[in-house]
Amino acid sequence: MSRILQAAKGAMMLDMVGGFGLALKYFFKRKATVNYPFEKGPLSPRFRGEHALRRYANGEERCIACKLCEAICPAQCIVIEAEPREDGSRRTTRYDIDMTKCIYCGYCQEACPVDAIVEGPNFEFATETREELFYDKERLLANGDRWEREIARNLEIDAPYR
Amino acid sequence: MGGLIEDFGPVWGFWAGVGQILLIMIYLLLSLAFLLLFDRKVWAAVQLRKGPNVVGPFGLLQSFADFLKFVLKEIVIPAGANKTVFILAPLLTFTLAFASWAVIPFANGVVIADLNVGILYLFAISSLGVYGIIMGGWASNSKYPFLGGLRSAAQMVSYEVSIGFILITVLLLVGSLNITQIVENQRAGVWAWHAFAWPTIFIMFPMFVMFFISALAETNRPPFDLPEAESELVAGYQVEYSSTPYLLFMIGEYLNITLMCAMLNILFLGGWHLPWGPVDNPVLGFIVFAVKMWAMFFMFAMVKAFVPRYRYDQLMRLGWKIFLPTSLVAVAIAAGYVTYVGRPVIGG
Repeated sequence: MSRILQAAKGAMMLDMVGGFGLALKYFFKRKATVNYPFEKGPLSPRFRGEHALRRYANGEERCIACKLCEAICPAQCIVIEAEPREDGSRRTTRYDIDMTKCIYCGYCQEACPVDAIVEGPNFEFATETREELFYDKERLLANGDRWEREIARNLEIDAPYR
Repeated sequence: MGGLIEDFGPVWGFWAGVGQILLIMIYLLLSLAFLLLFDRKVWAAVQLRKGPNVVGPFGLLQSFADFLKFVLKEIVIPAGANKTVFILAPLLTFTLAFASWAVIPFANGVVIADLNVGILYLFAISSLGVYGIIMGGWASNSKYPFLGGLRSAAQMVSYEVSIGFILITVLLLVGSLNITQIVENQRAGVWAWHAFAWPTIFIMFPMFVMFFISALAETNRPPFDLPEAESELVAGYQVEYSSTPYLLFMIGEYLNITLMCAMLNILFLGGWHLPWGPVDNPVLGFIVFAVKMWAMFFMFAMVKAFVPRYRYDQLMRLGWKIFLPTSLVAVAIAAGYVTYVGRPVIGG
């Protein structure tokens, strides 16, 4: 009996009609597409994107060459060399990040005692050659200048949770 | 459109005929460009995507960009392939797909060849279509295309049988093989369309649905796209094809799909006649025909979006154990009806 019922149901194609109705419902629904280069999805303030070296408001660079980030980096992509500046303060002479090695874990910004190295909200830094991804100190400081406003805002929003 | 030679003499009549053919080819190719986009858009919409929307307004020019891409790419012919057959296969598919449109009337009198055996011609040409696929699959000299070609040969032969029987039911009720005659038989309105005419609706509506499903299988559309099942055969018989030959295959395939839409329209849905009455104006008829074809194509696209692919044994079971007996019984009933009750007079 159940086989006859099943055959009758199949012959009437009730499942097809139901499926068509469901497809039609989705056909008129709001689309989930994000039109990427023109629209972007929301980013968390904790988003770990491109690295940046920040400065104080007076233009002095924050990094004091403690090398904590270099030590904690699991991918060992940070290389730092340091010696005292003319005024006697300890600064880096070399601060390189190999962005092809970096795994974007965010340990460097966690380790930094002066919030100098941070991972900013920028994720669109694809390049055409591999060499362009070997960032030096100049590039990182430039990133910091460029993204300072967003970085500062994100740090402020995230501060209550740390 | 017949009688051009009589009207214009041998030379100008010939060129007028060529002009007509070119006109219809251009019309078909242009509508095909938008049908392809429509197909992708419908598919995308059901999956909550937007579909192609970058080239031109709403992506309307996407198909033309794709066309340029296909034409400009390099034609790669595998070293082990049989070159002649490899190139011939897409050409055959393409040519046959266009050849069948010669007998399709777009409106009252708008047809290249108003054959008395139009349905027979259509059936013959669409049966030849399998050769393009099997030649392409075989000549590629590669595993997946070979499997795809075998699958599609078996599949198309199986479903052609039930399509043939469904055609016979219509022909029995109309009493003519002439396509214009078949459409004119349904001129009164929606109650005269073969799919809905009383009392033959009991056999003809199921035949309409079965023809639709067989058309899906015949044109290798999902859910019967086993010959090009991408999860198992990559792209079936098209694996080794690139550039223009691939484009020809693609155009042939989609032309066959639109041909099936036109067939459904002509056989069951009243051709160029409006649901509430006959249309004799060719321009209005042309528009009505096109709208109905787009509606059928919408159904094709929707089915692609929500039905999962059949397994091969299920496909064969559906074709041979369900469709064949059912359509055979329908032929018997239709023949009995015509013999003992008389041909239903539903024409206006």
